[in-house]
Amino acid sequence: MNDFIDNGSEVAGDSLDRIISQGVSRRDFLKFCSGVAVMLGLPAGMGEQIAEAATAAKRPPVLWLSAQECTGCTETLLRSSHPTLEKLILELISLEYHETLLVGSGKQAEEWRVKAMNENKGKFILVVDGSIPVKDNGIYCKIGGKTVLSLLEEMASQAAAVIAIGSCASWGGVPSADPNPTGATPAFEVLKQKGIKTPVVNIPGCPPNPYNFLSTVLYFLTLKKLPELDDQGRPKFAYGRLIHENCERRPHFDAGRFAVQFGDEGHRKGYCLYKLGCKGPETFANCPIQQFNDVGVWPVGIGHPCFGCTEKGVGFTAPLHSPARPKYITPPSFFPGVDEKRGHGVTIAAAAVAAGVAGAALGAGLATSKNLDKKDEEQEKSGSREK
Amino acid sequence: MDIKRRDFLKIAAGGGMLLAAGEPAFAREPKQLPPEAVGILYDATVCIGCKVCQVACKENNEMPAEHTAREGIWDDPIDLSSKTLNIIKTYKNGTGEAKDTEINGFSFIKRHCMHCVDPSCVSACPVSALKKDPRDGVVSYNKDACIGCRYCQIACPYNIPKFEFDKPFPRIRKCQLCNHRYKDGKFSACCEFCPTGASIFGKVTDLLEEAKKRLALKTGDYYNYPVAHVKSANKSYRPVSKYINYVFGEKDGGGAQYLLLAGVPFEKLGLPQLSGSADAAFSEGLQHTLYKGMIAPGVVLAGLLFAAYRSAGGHKDDE
Amino acid sequence: MSESKALGGKIITKPFLVCAVFAAVAGVLLIKRFILGIGAVTNLSDGYPWGIWIAYDVVVGTAFACGGYSMALLVYIFNKGEYHPLVKPALLASMFGYTLAGVSIFFDVGRYWQAYNLFLPGFSNINSIMFEVAFCITLYIFVLWTEFSPTLAVWLEARGLKKSLDRIMFFFIALGVLLPTMHQSSLGTLMIISGIKLSPLWQTGALPLLFLISAVSMGFAMVIFESIVSSIGLGREIETPLLSKLAGVISPLLGLYLLVRVGDLAVRGKIGLIFAFDLKAVMFLIENILYIIPVVILASPANRKKSKQLFIAAVSLLFAGALYRFNAFLIGFDPGAGWQYFPSFSELMITFGLIATEIMGYLVFVKKMPVLHNIKHA
Repeated sequence: MNDFIDNGSEVAGDSLDRIISQGVSRRDFLKFCSGVAVMLGLPAGMGEQIAEAATAAKRPPVLWLSAQECTGCTETLLRSSHPTLEKLILELISLEYHETLLVGSGKQAEEWRVKAMNENKGKFILVVDGSIPVKDNGIYCKIGGKTVLSLLEEMASQAAAVIAIGSCASWGGVPSADPNPTGATPAFEVLKQKGIKTPVVNIPGCPPNPYNFLSTVLYFLTLKKLPELDDQGRPKFAYGRLIHENCERRPHFDAGRFAVQFGDEGHRKGYCLYKLGCKGPETFANCPIQQFNDVGVWPVGIGHPCFGCTEKGVGFTAPLHSPARPKYITPPSFFPGVDEKRGHGVTIAAAAVAAGVAGAALGAGLATSKNLDKKDEEQEKSGSREK
Repeated sequence: MDIKRRDFLKIAAGGGMLLAAGEPAFAREPKQLPPEAVGILYDATVCIGCKVCQVACKENNEMPAEHTAREGIWDDPIDLSSKTLNIIKTYKNGTGEAKDTEINGFSFIKRHCMHCVDPSCVSACPVSALKKDPRDGVVSYNKDACIGCRYCQIACPYNIPKFEFDKPFPRIRKCQLCNHRYKDGKFSACCEFCPTGASIFGKVTDLLEEAKKRLALKTGDYYNYPVAHVKSANKSYRPVSKYINYVFGEKDGGGAQYLLLAGVPFEKLGLPQLSGSADAAFSEGLQHTLYKGMIAPGVVLAGLLFAAYRSAGGHKDDE
Repeated sequence: MSESKALGGKIITKPFLVCAVFAAVAGVLLIKRFILGIGAVTNLSDGYPWGIWIAYDVVVGTAFACGGYSMALLVYIFNKGEYHPLVKPALLASMFGYTLAGVSIFFDVGRYWQAYNLFLPGFSNINSIMFEVAFCITLYIFVLWTEFSPTLAVWLEARGLKKSLDRIMFFFIALGVLLPTMHQSSLGTLMIISGIKLSPLWQTGALPLLFLISAVSMGFAMVIFESIVSSIGLGREIETPLLSKLAGVISPLLGLYLLVRVGDLAVRGKIGLIFAFDLKAVMFLIENILYIIPVVILASPANRKKSKQLFIAAVSLLFAGALYRFNAFLIGFDPGAGWQYFPSFSELMITFGLIATEIMGYLVFVKKMPVLHNIKHA
């Protein structure tokens, strides 16, 4: 039983060998790390570096604070399948505190949390899921008698980095939907209000794709810094593009082929779900590429419109079946402009023949003129002679 | 017959000045919107540049693909042509980041035949190949009348009629508001397939009312934009954008049955700045003033016959 | 009075052969046009649907062919019989010029096999300026050939036919003055419907008047030009006295033209455009300088007696009128940003070939039929 409670540094042979002895082959593990490298947009060769970092002697500690959450974000992590994730989490990182996965509970759990925090001050990653209630001093979510609001302040100020997993922790999620009775607030906003400077990464989604989270964690461990983030603190490798930009049904959208009702012909043929309220055009995420459950499924792919779970102002806000309000990126250069260059201009042959004929005409004109000059002189002479 | 040279010059010069300055005096009565005029309202602020309207137009009018774009992408016309009756063009300025904004923004604009109330092309065509339907006002083309003189192309202020220069038996091509679909109870394909309601079909009077309604709304308020047809129950609930306070086509060039709304000034979107009167009115007015009932030519001919008979009639001549 | 007589002489001369080569090339290119379409031999496009085939072959070409019109006006309407010897060569040039303009139209229109629709009541649109122009020009071509038919009758030695033709000729002469008055002015009216696409330097309600006056003056200029050139080319004496009298008629016409032209610009408030010094402004200046040159030259009576001055004035006036028409139909025409046009090689060769054919025809007719008159100077 105590096998699962690790305090990291004491684990002997904390290396690839141990992983291998657990049943994960070296090749599979390296493949996994290469896969993560590719997903992060790093060169495949970095896979080895990631593997090394992941299996470093002292496994980096992670504390997981759950606020107003549904446990879906933990559930999603349990859905990555190669290799079995619980083994990797327990071998690659040292998960010191997690309400659902802890065996212990109550006072012992809280004591362990404090101990792990103090021993790893400034070195642990704080993962937050669920939104933080701030109304009425945060009494709507308490752990061990302490508000999660105060716990977040305490833990975040000592963490090396904060990863807000899930839409709730990233922008408020379900609890923050109108009328937001608890004052549900995302983690980064709480920290900003309290002036806590610990860097925050948001991994929105309801739940988010587990690989978005995993890749971010491994990136941090390998390179000791956070991946490139957008203006909402989301890693660009996962949230840099609209779903609409990568959707496999996009050609149907571009050709005007829509499913208008569930079960109609268009729906059965796999047409675009825009008219059923798909929020793909206003939602940033990588669902069409990464897909879920390692079996290549995602909502649109199976015929249900995306509801924009990653996006503040869309998920849990916009009605499910009302049309999306597409977000815009400056149109690409191949969209024709208002004044494109058209028509046919001058060619060398045309200019040459025109100039040639013009020159000949000019020459003939001048010659005639000279000729006439002579004739006029003759005329004058003969005229004056006659006189 | 000896007209004094001085008098002749005076009259001619005076006539010339009158013609120059007296345009309103010479224009004929402006034409009115037909009783059941149908048309399209295009709202650039609702348009997302998806180009379904281009695709639907080609499919429903059996037009071929066109590969004029730089990248050689499948059907990517850069302008209206004999193969493309309807096109979405883009306006971009500076960084091009903000939609429907003139500075550092972008906008889409849908171009096709305006189905003018007083069409220049109809007035220009010598063989009545272009005709305006007296009931629904659609300007349509009859290839069996057309002689291919391309005067309609010269006349149209929007450069809409396109000619098949690449064919030995060429036609003029332009949007005809899908009037071939009306008998099946359908309407313009571009409107039927537009997903956002940027292009909507309907009676011009209804469309104008809808356009004016939108201009009166407050920016940022939410409004139910009708999709496909102005009277459709299918709506798109979305925030109102900032409009240029003008309905293009209401009065331009004598009015048109294709109305446009946008957030960027229309001249930046490639639309010409026309006066409120149609060129056809002046052209026809001038022509009729000179030739009405062929009276003036008849009188002149009589005078000429008299003069010619006097100098050359019946005479033996060595010509 | 003078008598007309066939010039005689060899048909196959060097100029004739040079022309024949151009005509042959044009013939081949025209076959290409009919098999592959207009786009295969021209640079016409949707922005510039009319190019040099309309601007030159039809519009300038018919203006150049106004010799017959101007001479008929002068000799038979204003009864100035002393210009009579210049009538028949002018008529011949007009006949060829207009016939070739008609032929050019046939090549230029896209659906030529239906061209007769113009004359069917079920199709004709009397509101269309193009309809009137086409109708008038077609009728006028018939009138020109009819006016020339007495000469043909003499050539065919059909004296009886000639007598009958002479008796009814006054009717055709009258028509031959009415019809060009109508269509030469309407050629100007054609461009009114293009509205803002034609630069305000040319777009005006005075277009029909300006086109008419310039056409009449070009007719006279062409008579002077052709008279001098054919005299030199065919080794005859130049009819300077007659031509110098004709030149005296041109000056007041040009004065009137320039008055209307500048006055019109002033009334419309567009004089400022000249000082933009863009392509249109420069072409406008050149066009009007070419008009001013003959006014200046022909102002002095001494100049009017010199064939060289007459020649230069005539050529300048012809260029002026041609440039005015090019400007009004092509250079001043602006369909909007992004469009460009310059005639293609084939397009130019077809035009040159048609001109060459016209020259060849003129040479044959003048040598075989009694067109030119025997010159007896007083």
